[in-house]
Amino acid sequence: MRRGDPLRLPGLLLLLVLAGCGPDADSAVEVAAGQGSAKPAYGDTYIEALQGNISGLIPNVLSDGPSFEVASLMYNGLVKYDKDLNLAGELAESWQYSRDCLDLTLNLRRNVRWHDGQPFTAADVIFTYETMINPKTPTAYGGDFKAVESVEAVDQYTVHVRYKHPSAKALQSWSVWMLPKHLLETAAGEGKLREAPQNRTNPVGTGPYLFKEWRSGEKVVLVANPSYFEGRPYISRVVYRIIPSSATTFLELKAKGVDGAKLTALQFKRQTEYPAFRKAYVKYQYAANVYVYLGMNLRDPRFADRRVRQAFAHAINKREIIDGVRLGLAREATGPYKPGTWQYNPNVHQYPYDPAKAASLLAEAGWNEKNSDGILLKNGQPFKFDLLSAQGSDEGRKVAEIIQASLKDIGVQVEIRVIEWAALLKEYIKKRNFEAVILAWGITPDPDQYDIWHSSKTSPDELNRIGYANPVVDELLEKGRGTCIEADRKKYYDRLQEVLADDQPIVFLYFRDGLPVVSSRVRGIVPSPIGINYNFNEWFVPLSLHRYTAG
Amino acid sequence: MFGYALRRLILAIPLLIGITFVSFLVIHLAPGEPVENQSGESSTQSDAKLRERLREIYGLDKPLHVQYWNWVTRLARLDFGRSFSPDARPVLQKIGERLPITLLLNIVELMIIVALAIPIGVLSATRQYSTFDKVTTVFVFVGFATPDFWLALMLMILFGVQLGWLPISGLRSPTWEYLAFWRQQWDFVAHLALPILVATFGGLAGFSRYMRQSMLEVVRQDYIQSARAKGLSESVVIGKHALRNALLPIVTVLGLSLPGLIGGSVIVESIFAIPGMGQLMVQAVFERDYPVIMGNLVIVATLTLVANLIADLTYSLVDPRIRVAARRGRR
Repeated sequence: MRRGDPLRLPGLLLLLVLAGCGPDADSAVEVAAGQGSAKPAYGDTYIEALQGNISGLIPNVLSDGPSFEVASLMYNGLVKYDKDLNLAGELAESWQYSRDCLDLTLNLRRNVRWHDGQPFTAADVIFTYETMINPKTPTAYGGDFKAVESVEAVDQYTVHVRYKHPSAKALQSWSVWMLPKHLLETAAGEGKLREAPQNRTNPVGTGPYLFKEWRSGEKVVLVANPSYFEGRPYISRVVYRIIPSSATTFLELKAKGVDGAKLTALQFKRQTEYPAFRKAYVKYQYAANVYVYLGMNLRDPRFADRRVRQAFAHAINKREIIDGVRLGLAREATGPYKPGTWQYNPNVHQYPYDPAKAASLLAEAGWNEKNSDGILLKNGQPFKFDLLSAQGSDEGRKVAEIIQASLKDIGVQVEIRVIEWAALLKEYIKKRNFEAVILAWGITPDPDQYDIWHSSKTSPDELNRIGYANPVVDELLEKGRGTCIEADRKKYYDRLQEVLADDQPIVFLYFRDGLPVVSSRVRGIVPSPIGINYNFNEWFVPLSLHRYTAG
Repeated sequence: MFGYALRRLILAIPLLIGITFVSFLVIHLAPGEPVENQSGESSTQSDAKLRERLREIYGLDKPLHVQYWNWVTRLARLDFGRSFSPDARPVLQKIGERLPITLLLNIVELMIIVALAIPIGVLSATRQYSTFDKVTTVFVFVGFATPDFWLALMLMILFGVQLGWLPISGLRSPTWEYLAFWRQQWDFVAHLALPILVATFGGLAGFSRYMRQSMLEVVRQDYIQSARAKGLSESVVIGKHALRNALLPIVTVLGLSLPGLIGGSVIVESIFAIPGMGQLMVQAVFERDYPVIMGNLVIVATLTLVANLIADLTYSLVDPRIRVAARRGRR
């Protein structure tokens, strides 16, 4: 179970607005756990607050966090990320790679049934694959199947996949949600999955919960699937209530109107530290898959000089930003991978807060005079630039303000401009018409970040927005995605992180913490690196603590 | 009379087309495209393909005037198109499921406002500068100046968290399906209590001030003087002779607030998690969901034009002077 979780979707790199709308869920852990054990019991209702309306019920053609969160209880993939962020079987019991990484054989579970009672077979896997690569399907997640040469059913429960070239993400791509062939074949063939009734009223998956009801903008109701292949989930009913305002969500928590929600940093730190709340809820904290960074346009000759970027890294006090903006609820980022994951390399060049060092680096780069306002000059030009941030994101604006003050100390003048998200993306970032920007990247558990750092990915719609080009990095990225052997990949990505740390193509600021809270009557939660929601079907409420008898 | 209405209606058609054209243009001028939100987050090659595919599905690959022409011709057949959101549902269906709750809230709110504003206005006008007048003046201005969201949160804390009398947000309890029929109705009413209270409090100021002003003007008229001189009781003078006349401008204002009925308040709806028109529109704007925005706009524009017409017609019905002037003008 992975809720609110783009990890599910192969190869998806998310660019997030710094607002609260990111699917900033589930990852590594560090928690106030310690729930007493009690006897598992069936029943009760669990009510979770969702910030946004879901946009549909067939997640393969959707792209928003709330929809994924709901869908993850109704659908399964062949494989999934387990609690420690390793790939594990879900609808596939086991798999074998050939030695050259070109052939992958997946053995499916035999006891799985769709919610309507039909058996799940290899035909459904092939149908899902064909739907994902069908150019008519409006999905953003077909890309990871590009390396696939052919997929065939060896028998009813065995699928054989042949790849054109070794691909690191071959196995992971089969975490794609499986769709029922017998219900969706016609709609998918016409490219009309979004218009299909299953996207609106009666989705059919293989997951632990069955769809009951969706009242647009109000709530989504799911009920336990009694014939789930891992056994009937304990909690009988799940209600997702759509509550756009985080202040309202918080009051609902206080009044016990919802059982689970995501807190803001302020709520987590300052507004929930009283006995009644601590008794009624358990708060969890873990590094989410989102990091915030200062991006500079490397086409600008000032930023093309890496000493300038290194100077900025020294001039910006990450701790101060984390304390000021996130009230300490974040971890310093040294590179694009989250501390605690297998790909993370702690031994890279660090940039401790050191304004003097920053000043000397800038002087080396030719910024060694100051004008009467204390602004650095090079060839008579003062060092000033516009720093863009997305509107509606308090976080982004505050980060920008702290950076503005820090850079002022070393003689760099920053003007902050806050711009509406769609306009920022289209008019500034895609047109590469920016000097510097505060943004966030959502990352996947797989370390492949080809699309972000490779020098071939710089066209307007592509993600190497800063225009980074480093042949060493290009080669490491290519090698890293071109093998299925993890030990080799580890070497490439370790090196990649060293190069990125030296280069500082962006100033890596911090990994935000995910801050979910769950009613203390719910047991069975085992916080793990992936978050808390992965084993939702094992959560339960002891009989004596049931709050909702209905259902 | 009938001819006049018909002429106005015919004139309204080019006006409506003009309104839709300008809005269509303005909406498309705003930066960002609907496809960005669905594919812009990630841009692997397949997403570039998806973007093209979505543009094609939505017809965004065509020149703007062609897009407008297609939209208008569909509209002429009363086809509002399908939403650009991934649920791809017909616009009318989406609006249709949001409209009832917004209408209900706004109509109840308007009725309460009118029911309270008229007596408040009349009393403070007839007792101008009295304590009552002063107190209500302060009260309504406080109401006017209080931000909706703040008041809403305060009331939620008081009635929802501290006292626990009323639910905080939403339309129904999570266990609504399992309640008895009358409990269900009560549950629904309880959920609406706070939103209506908040919306009413803010809207009361305007109407009661209109009423007070209008009444003040009327009681100064000669015919009120003569009514009093005839020896009529004060209640008849105020309740019959003055009030009727003072209500005229209020009727106009009411007529003009009709289109607002389907507008829905974004703040109230977001704070109370009510799935109404306001939320739908905000979401549509952020997603650049053109068909939903335009669909809503056509409905509001039509209602505004109709409300204007009705207001004018009622005026001529109620006020003989206008009726006469219209007849003379036609000669």
